[in-house]
Amino acid sequence: MSAISELSSLKRGPRLRTKEERRARAKEEGRDNKAGYLFLLPWLVGLIVITIGPMLISLYLSFTDYNMIQAPQWVGLENFTRMLHDDRLIHSLKVTFIYVFVGVPLQLILALAIAVLLDKGMRALSFYRSIFYLPSMLGSSVAIAVLWRQMFGTDGLVNQALNAIGIHSTIGWISDPKYALGTIILLHVWTFGSPMVIFLAGLRQIPEMYYEAAAVDGATRWHRFAKITLPMLSPIIFFNLVLQIIGAFQSFTQAFVVSGGTGGPSDSTMFFTLYLYQKGFGQFQMGYASAMAWVLLVIISIFTAINFFASKYWVFYDD
Amino acid sequence: MTETLTTNPREQASTFEAAHAAAHRRYLVRSRIRSTIKHTLLIAVGLLMIYPLLWLIVSSFRPNNLIFRSPGLWLTHPTIDNYIRGWNALSSPFGHYLINSAIVVIGAILGNVMSCALAAYAFARLKFRGRTLWFAIMLMTLMLPIHVVIVPQYIIFNNIGWVNTFIPLILPKFLATDAFFVFLMVQFIRGIPRELDEAARLDGCGHWRIFSRIMLPLMVPAIATTVIFTFIWTWNDFFGALIYLTSPDKYTSPVALSQFLDATSGSDWGGMFSMSILTLIPVFLIFLFGQKYLIRGISTTGIK
Repeated sequence: MSAISELSSLKRGPRLRTKEERRARAKEEGRDNKAGYLFLLPWLVGLIVITIGPMLISLYLSFTDYNMIQAPQWVGLENFTRMLHDDRLIHSLKVTFIYVFVGVPLQLILALAIAVLLDKGMRALSFYRSIFYLPSMLGSSVAIAVLWRQMFGTDGLVNQALNAIGIHSTIGWISDPKYALGTIILLHVWTFGSPMVIFLAGLRQIPEMYYEAAAVDGATRWHRFAKITLPMLSPIIFFNLVLQIIGAFQSFTQAFVVSGGTGGPSDSTMFFTLYLYQKGFGQFQMGYASAMAWVLLVIISIFTAINFFASKYWVFYDD
Repeated sequence: MTETLTTNPREQASTFEAAHAAAHRRYLVRSRIRSTIKHTLLIAVGLLMIYPLLWLIVSSFRPNNLIFRSPGLWLTHPTIDNYIRGWNALSSPFGHYLINSAIVVIGAILGNVMSCALAAYAFARLKFRGRTLWFAIMLMTLMLPIHVVIVPQYIIFNNIGWVNTFIPLILPKFLATDAFFVFLMVQFIRGIPRELDEAARLDGCGHWRIFSRIMLPLMVPAIATTVIFTFIWTWNDFFGALIYLTSPDKYTSPVALSQFLDATSGSDWGGMFSMSILTLIPVFLIFLFGQKYLIRGISTTGIK
């Protein structure tokens, strides 16, 4: 069971009716109290020191002006109102949204398409799977971002290949603001291997007899895909969608390397996280960077909430 | 005509068989055509996928002036000059950065395996007050963007004087902050029959002994997955290393590699490519030998 379905099913627990039952249950649960917390100790310390503590500090800092030299100055909501007038920040949000709304669906559609092609007794399955999966293991590395930067340069691989097949191209894919973001989206799509593997695992779970029954009834291939595969796979699609959106909002390395850390040309690859990095660790405006981080958290939470809400209408659970 | 058809069942059967055989042949032909189309499509997409990687490898052996001449994969003037030049292009030989990376990776692996296994055993097997609440919190931290904590973390580590050391990159792993692996191991332990540890419990084993003598040996596949993913993620980690490591002699290989872009303003592609290959080789080898675990890990928990 995946983390997401686990999270949504946590609410349901065995209902305890009588006081005695509850007491017996508490006693049983209390049995391992000490051991439980001892084993959990590293995680708990980490939760407090590395996660919750810094979150609270970050929340406080977001209402201050702090440059790491002078003590933080309380400025109230100023950081947040400043954001509304920060054109580069608004622009970076736009860039990030385009990346999420174009990159994630393209990647998932490709992942699903290839997974469906690979399903059903493919002889060379593991070979194909490795080929498609490999890029997603390497894709987050600087080395690949470096390669991407060359590929889409003016005399890079892409233009060479286009010229070789007779299309004369001198477009600087990464130096032209029109195309630069597209190349990073393409890099994202290229790493469709991990959602594909999850789709493959999900396809395995669909009982073959559903397809056989539908075939007997004369259902076409497309019908079988639309009426059996998609609904049966909808929890997995949902799961991939939620995770990919959360991940895509946080993309950083590719934009950083492809643009040489500038978010250029003309801010066309200025991701929200890249701008946050520049504000926080370039200009040491720690208060502003913290406020930005909270905006990011709120955006991601809203999208996740919308996803969960919308899932009621299109995700089907068997059980 | 109709009479013969109805009165001679054998003949009727044979016509039927003939028709059936023809239909079957058509079916076979059609499915062969379909399968050919499918394989052609898959091979085409697959080639497109790995073409940049193959080109990167080939180009790393090409003289610098020939890299921009050919989109093909044919190697005419093989040379290892790029590797020699790239190795020495930065302030330290590139091996220095690879060793830095290795130190961080080994620390991260030890930390993740130990702390995550402990937490997972508690969540999966021990009954204690507040377990469900902590478990829900653990699942939620899976989705928390790192940016919300990175600024204060940096300030804290800076005040202790740990910025520009490997500690900020390793210490959190010993505190099970990679919740993904806790979740992965919880899932795995749930699949281990309870009778095993309950029997040990009846025999008077304490939790530590059950954990170290029974659980850990049985958890080898989950631990392998953790080791492999930690290796790849930490080896590739750029953001953390970029923020915490400030002096060039501390750089890990991804930061060193990005340094190439500034230092040579993109002119020495050959040197950059060859060092890129060096940083990709460990990930590739882990991928090659750990695929089984990688795929199982990713399909049970779904995070790359």
